[in-house]
Amino acid sequence: MSKQAQHWEKTRGLLFVTLAIWFVFSIGIFFFGAEMNESNFKPFGYPLTYWFTCQGSLGIFVILIFWFANRQEKIDEEFGFTEKEDD
Amino acid sequence: MIKGKFIDNLPKVYGIYTGGFLAFIILMAIAESAGMSAKLIGIFFVAFTVGIYALIGYLSRTLQLDAYYVAGRQVPTVFNGMATAADWMSGASFVAMAGGIYFKGYGYMALLVGWTGGYVLVASLLAPYLRKFGCYTVPDFIGTRYGGNLARVAAVIVLTVASFTYVTAQINATGTIASVALDIPFGIAVYVGLASILICSMLGGMRAVTWTQVAQYIVLIIAYLLPVFWISNKMGAGFFPHLMLADEVARIAELEGQYGFVKNSAADLKTVPKGLAGITKAHSSVNATPWAFISLAVCMMAGTASLPHVMMRYFTTPSVKSARRSVGWSLFFIFLLYSSAPMLATLSKLSLIDPNLATGIIGKSISEVQSIDWYQNWNQANLMFISDFNQNGKLELNEFFMGGKAVVLATPEIAGLPYVISGLVAAGGMAAAMSTADGLVLAIANALSHDLYYKIIDPKAETRKRLVVARVLLVIIGFAGATIAALEIQGILGSVIWAFDFAMSGLFFPLVLGVWWKRANAPGAVAGMLLGLISGTAYLIWVRNGGSGFWGITQLTFGIVGSLVSLVSMVVVSLMTKEPDKATQKMVDEVRIPSGRTVLGKQH
Repeated sequence: MSKQAQHWEKTRGLLFVTLAIWFVFSIGIFFFGAEMNESNFKPFGYPLTYWFTCQGSLGIFVILIFWFANRQEKIDEEFGFTEKEDD
Repeated sequence: MIKGKFIDNLPKVYGIYTGGFLAFIILMAIAESAGMSAKLIGIFFVAFTVGIYALIGYLSRTLQLDAYYVAGRQVPTVFNGMATAADWMSGASFVAMAGGIYFKGYGYMALLVGWTGGYVLVASLLAPYLRKFGCYTVPDFIGTRYGGNLARVAAVIVLTVASFTYVTAQINATGTIASVALDIPFGIAVYVGLASILICSMLGGMRAVTWTQVAQYIVLIIAYLLPVFWISNKMGAGFFPHLMLADEVARIAELEGQYGFVKNSAADLKTVPKGLAGITKAHSSVNATPWAFISLAVCMMAGTASLPHVMMRYFTTPSVKSARRSVGWSLFFIFLLYSSAPMLATLSKLSLIDPNLATGIIGKSISEVQSIDWYQNWNQANLMFISDFNQNGKLELNEFFMGGKAVVLATPEIAGLPYVISGLVAAGGMAAAMSTADGLVLAIANALSHDLYYKIIDPKAETRKRLVVARVLLVIIGFAGATIAALEIQGILGSVIWAFDFAMSGLFFPLVLGVWWKRANAPGAVAGMLLGLISGTAYLIWVRNGGSGFWGITQLTFGIVGSLVSLVSMVVVSLMTKEPDKATQKMVDEVRIPSGRTVLGKQH
């Protein structure tokens, strides 16, 4: 397998992981909105689903993007596809 | 000062700017205590900030294509994040969102999740690849990747439909704020708003828009956060509202249980002025079905990844790597405002409905409420209304009505903050609406001038001529938008949500598959764009005219129908026709790695 094909395979793998996490916090948990809101786990005292909609999911997305960017940079580095600084 | 060196000095330049703006706020506060009238303060706030944006727009003027279309591709990561956040957060986010949460609670917060979750798609599926491509506009990518003028034109059509729907809403918002702050009729204020939008973008294109958007972000975030923190502290709700309002949220739920949600009769509701609403839904409990919530969130997420004015911001970064990181920063700056909106809604609601608070009006006698100063002001502005439906002389929860905008605009006054804060909020709303309108008008004008005029009509045009055409189109589109905005056909929020659905219907799959599916070809993409847009629009028209719809898809989520049709037709047509030639496949391979030269040349 060529270097480029391997790079793309890893990139695709990272995409699937990223989208899986994204799916859980943007769609998955809201199938159980009513049940979660009754939960005794209350971040900062807010009802759980309410907290996810106003802070939790939003914050997780921010972290997820930075995590994704770091991982992708590592993959690019591994296969020597990093841009030159003056490019 | 602007060239080269300006980029190196950005933190310093915007640091001084922020300090200057804070000094201006303090100066206005002093002027207020010295007896300056509220009206004059409002005028000063709007005129001062718009004047600064115009100055930045003038200083960023340019005669180079690269600077005009993509700000010279040298916008640093963090600053591009700020500019994108301003580009993104429109008048709807600033003025209408907290109001929506106030009235609808959970069902509405799908927008918060959707409008942030979409950035994960932008970062992972599209932005870095489109940056590597080196295009000037979104149709530029579609046209080159799939090849052929038909694909390019189809992309221009979808882009124009979506962005134009969006931009009329933003010009409407600038007009609303300008008319309140400057005290002029709405029909004129719309054109005042338009003039300020054009000054920012006409001379310098993307470069000017970039640097004004950074300035506008700073104004709008201060204008949003300062009142939230101030009100929270003043009410004794908590020093840091985002982490400390749990008691207030619980108290609202308790009061809701106590009052109950009494349904008003249709005859009673007829007496309520148009556009005002009462509290009919629980604040923090789950009040929508999973599908209603998820379908709206999905539409907003896919729409985010297809809206050209956002995607185009990532063409301006120096590298693919910085485009990726820049998406993270964009979302961080957006998060600052979005996580504050529910807090503002909570504070606003509690201060109005809690009888234990001095500002609470529920339970007071009707005549007492009618004599409150702020009630009279906002009643006159057609944003508040009370009526004693049950004739018991006391105000009940179901007898109080408010406009969505009032939550942001009136809460500072209700909480007893000085007027200078209301002036600040007006300036912030203006900044939010202007920055988005700028990005959108530029996206449309660039697509028409670059993709339609230069690439199809007159490929031999010289730089000078191209830039003249780009500017003329900018003015024409601005005026068309303002003319339609002046008609006030659809509310601000409704049009914004439609724009997302349009963009998602026509562009989401052609863009994503262009990078992630090599087999996708031109006939497939054209079918995907056109059939997607047509079927989405047809569904919207059907439901608007009393159609029953299916799968619980409403006029706010018609993008689901459009994008499904788009996906299926794109895959089927692609597989039925010839696979793309070797050169195209090689181009896709090239796009998938960050290093090396961009697919399109530096100047094209």
